[in-house]
This record gives sequence, C-alpha cells and structure tokens, in this order.
Amino acid sequence: MMWCMAGTANADVFRKPSPMTDRNAFTTLLSERDWLLADGATGTNLFNMGLQSGDAPELWNETHPENIRTLYRGAVDAGSDIFLTNSFGGNRARLKLHDAGHRARELSRIAAEIGRDIADASGRTVIVAGSMGPTGEIMAPLGPLTHADAVEMFHEQAEGLKEGGADVLWVETISAPEEYAAAAEAAKLAGMPWCGTMSFDTAGRTMMGMTSNAMAAMVEKLDHPPVAFGANCGVGASDLLRTVQGFAATGTTRPIIAKGNAGIPKYHDGHIHYDGTPEVMATYATMARDSGAHIIGGCCGTMPEHLRAMRQALETQPKSDAPDMDAIAQALGGFSSESDGTNADTTPQPRPTRRRRRA
Amino acid sequence: MSEQEDDIILSELDDNELVQQMYDDLYDGLKEEIEEAVEILLERGWAPYRILTEALVGGMTVVGNDFRDGILFVPEVLLAANAMKGGMFILKPLLAETGAPRVGKMVIGTVKGDIHDIGKNLVSMMMEGAGFEVVDLGINNAVETYLEALEAEKPDILGMSALLTTTMPYMKVVIDTMVEKQIRDDYIVLVGGAPLNEEFGKAIGADAYCRDAAVAVETAKEWVARKHNQMAAG
Repeated sequence: MMWCMAGTANADVFRKPSPMTDRNAFTTLLSERDWLLADGATGTNLFNMGLQSGDAPELWNETHPENIRTLYRGAVDAGSDIFLTNSFGGNRARLKLHDAGHRARELSRIAAEIGRDIADASGRTVIVAGSMGPTGEIMAPLGPLTHADAVEMFHEQAEGLKEGGADVLWVETISAPEEYAAAAEAAKLAGMPWCGTMSFDTAGRTMMGMTSNAMAAMVEKLDHPPVAFGANCGVGASDLLRTVQGFAATGTTRPIIAKGNAGIPKYHDGHIHYDGTPEVMATYATMARDSGAHIIGGCCGTMPEHLRAMRQALETQPKSDAPDMDAIAQALGGFSSESDGTNADTTPQPRPTRRRRRA
Repeated sequence: MSEQEDDIILSELDDNELVQQMYDDLYDGLKEEIEEAVEILLERGWAPYRILTEALVGGMTVVGNDFRDGILFVPEVLLAANAMKGGMFILKPLLAETGAPRVGKMVIGTVKGDIHDIGKNLVSMMMEGAGFEVVDLGINNAVETYLEALEAEKPDILGMSALLTTTMPYMKVVIDTMVEKQIRDDYIVLVGGAPLNEEFGKAIGADAYCRDAAVAVETAKEWVARKHNQMAAG
C-alpha cells in the first residue's frame, strides 16, 4: 500500500475556531451534488517542497505553515470540494517517534486551523476534513493496543481537529476493523461527523483480511456510523475500483469514497514519482463515479494537475454504466490479484485442518 | 469441524502423523499443542534441529505459501508465528547446546521515522521459523544503529522495512552510507514494506525487494546459498 497523507497548517495558536465552521456543511454538500471531488496526495506534495524522508509531516504545520497553505491551496485551486488536513500521522503513537507524542492535539489543531483559513478564503463551499491515519499498532487480542487506548488516542486527535475548525473527521488507510471501530467511537466522543476509508492492499482485501463487502456490512453495525465510507491508497487505481464495485454490490445506500493512488511509485533521482498521468486519473475518476463512488479523490502521487483533469472529466463526461473488470484493466492497468475475496466460488479457501481454529 | 475432532491425543500419534498434525496446528495457530508436540518429539529422541526443520519449518512453509497466495492474512499468520515461537522457545537452548547448523543470520529493523513493525515482525518470525538467527532492531532506526548492529552481529543479511512513502527513501540513506564505508558488499541487503516495489529496491541499491514475509524467506535462502557458493568458489 502507498501511504497516504492529506494536507494542513499554521501556527496562530491562540486563534478561536472560525465562526464559519458548520458541522452540517459536509452533509449538505453531499446531498446537493452527485459527486464531490476530494483531494490528492499530501506526502508526495510535501516531499516536492523539501520534506526529508523520516521526518514528521505534521511538524511542518508549525515550522513551515506556508508550505502547508500551498499544499491545501493546490487542491482547492484545482477544484477539490474537500481537502484533508496534514494530520495523517498526528496521533500520539506516531508522533512519539519524533518526541512529539504529547503534541498530538496541538499539531492536529494547527493542521485544521490552516485548513479552515484556506477553505474560508476560497469563496465557495470547501470542506475541511480532519485526517486521522492509523496508530501503526496492532490491536488486542493479536497485538498490544487495547480498544480503550485506541479510542483515547483517536479522540485526542479528533478534539484537536475539531478545535481547529475541521468540518468532518476523515479516518483513512485503516486495515483492522477493530481500529475502524475505535475511530468511530472517538468521533462520537468528539461529537463530530466522520468518514472512514480502509486500504485494500492484500489480494483485494485489507492487510487484516477484510473484504469490501465485509466492510460495507461492518460499517452499518457501528453505533456512530460514518457519513461516507470507502477505500483509499492500496495497490493501484484498478484494484481500488474493484473494491468500490464490491461496496456498491452490497446495495449500500451510504455514500462511497474512492481515493486511489496515481499509479505505482517509482524512484527517480532521490525522490519518489508516481507513474499515473493526469489523463489516467481523469479516466479513473469517471470510472469511480460510474462504479458507484460519490466522493472521488486521489491518494499518493495525486498532484494538483491530476485533480484538475479529474474535475474536468467529472464535469464534462456524463455518468454511464459501471465499467466491467476488463474495461478497468484496459484503461488503468491489471489487478494485483485474481480474486478480491468477495466471491466464494473464486476465492481460494484455507486448507482444511484436523482441529478447529481458535480465532 | 466437530468437537470430537478436538480430542486428538498427540502422544498417541506416530511420528509421521504427529508431524502432519503439527502442520495443522501451526496453521491454526495452536501454541500449546505445538509446545506439547515438540516435547513429545524430544522425548522420542528427535534431534532439536530435526524438529525445527521437519516440523516447524515445514509447517510454517505451508502457512507462508497460503499467505503469499492471499488465502491467509496477517491475523492468521501472527497466530501461526506465535505458535511457532512457543516451539522455538523450547528448541533454542537445545539447538545452541547441540551445535546445530545455522541457515544464516539477519539483522532487521524498520527505518527512521517509521513506527510500523507488523510486516517486519512477520518477516522476523518467518525467518526464525525457517531456521535463521534474527536480530531485531525494532522501529525507528537511524543509519548509525544499523551500522553498529552490522559491526556487532556480523550477519549475512541486512533487512530494512518501511511502510510509509515518507520513510522508504531512508533505505537509500543507509545503503549509500554502507557504500561510502565500503561495507555494502559484505552483506545481502533485502528491503520490504507495502509502498515498495522491485524497481524501487533496485533503484536504491538493495539486492532484492521482498513482497511479503514468505518471499523474504525464499529470497534470503537463495541469496545465502549463492553467497556461500561464491565463497567456496572464490
């Protein structure tokens, strides 16, 4: 999976949340439009501005606010209706590596504050989505992170994003359903609407083995379900569309999010470049809409020029039937695996054993 | 599978059946059963190294193959690896005592700025399961930490892992430093992590990119064998 970060930034720590924050802005916009354009990459954009490998992008909210403004403005100027704050790794567990674990709430707040400024200055309705990435830890019972601790970590970050003026929380690149549920609970505690996407990067499923249809079912069982759900990052645009079609096939009425990578990462002269062109991403955008996605954006490698091409395609090309797998493969490249686990007939099954599995 | 099938008495199985049952129990992540079976084989006079290779490594190979093929996923593999560790815990001191042959040694760690260790831990466990000695440096390793470990441990292999596009280029920092110090060719350098690909591995000067833990084991074996052959020839 390509790791994804969505953008943020500024350091006026004493400023009150903007009065223009409207907790219903997102749902209103969603009900008014057939599709919404989300943003693209955060990490890829920040690297191009000089972020060093291994450094925490979230620290830039304070030290390089102008770059974060540029990042957000890039998406807004390219036509994004929604952009994500530069707070993907802004939780306590992730920031701890940079000795900034105690600053999770503060750095997340600044990420949202800068976002609020940019959105309010845009002259149209632009949604500030407070990005929350995974903790990076494995949840109990398999791993050490308890549900309560995960909720607390997400909640801390959620409060910061709320203070900074985010319209909605945006949980992304999740692999484990347990972690998704913890984020849902945190959003509830913060009293915030939220969206949540998982990364389907392992044979069409998440790393933890969750299929698209299982996710669609899981989302409905949550006490505080997301306004919209979907997939981000993962392997490539083709796989992502297969996942979107998997969601749609369940008959869900909840809006679906598609945020795929602009191709595959390649390494050139010391930096990473994604091989998907704006034209390819434009095709991806219309195919995502036709596959059932309501909110369409990019992930790693998706730059403002990609977003502009995506916007134009969505505005000019009429909606049509969902593309079949062959058409997707032809337009966007092949799939990473034959099956995505949603069809029992074609899904390879675990070998039968002589004892019952305990899991 | 019915309840009565849970009543398999391990000590009543002959050696062959027991090893087959261990394959199943590893697959199902049953730690206590694996520990019991290892004790039984030891009592029956099996050499620790034979238990490691024929039972544990054999069983983990099945798990690794199904992981590679998208049949098992991380939770199942973690359980299997945990069961294997139970067996290894018993065997490790005995292996040292009996001077059992070692497949190879690996130093592994997640690069600076990166907290993610799920994949790296899987590789560690699968490598141990395949008979390698593994020194795990944990997460967030700066180039100095890698170099010190190489100096101290003298491994055959250096493994680096990254899960973030923001941290994967750090692998090149490490490899470039190794080149500078003229020690790059003393080690097999394997890299892995979700955002990587083969081309990236080549571009930064690694010997190989490993798509997952199962592939890492296969690749490690291949490269160690190749290195030994070269040493024999040279």
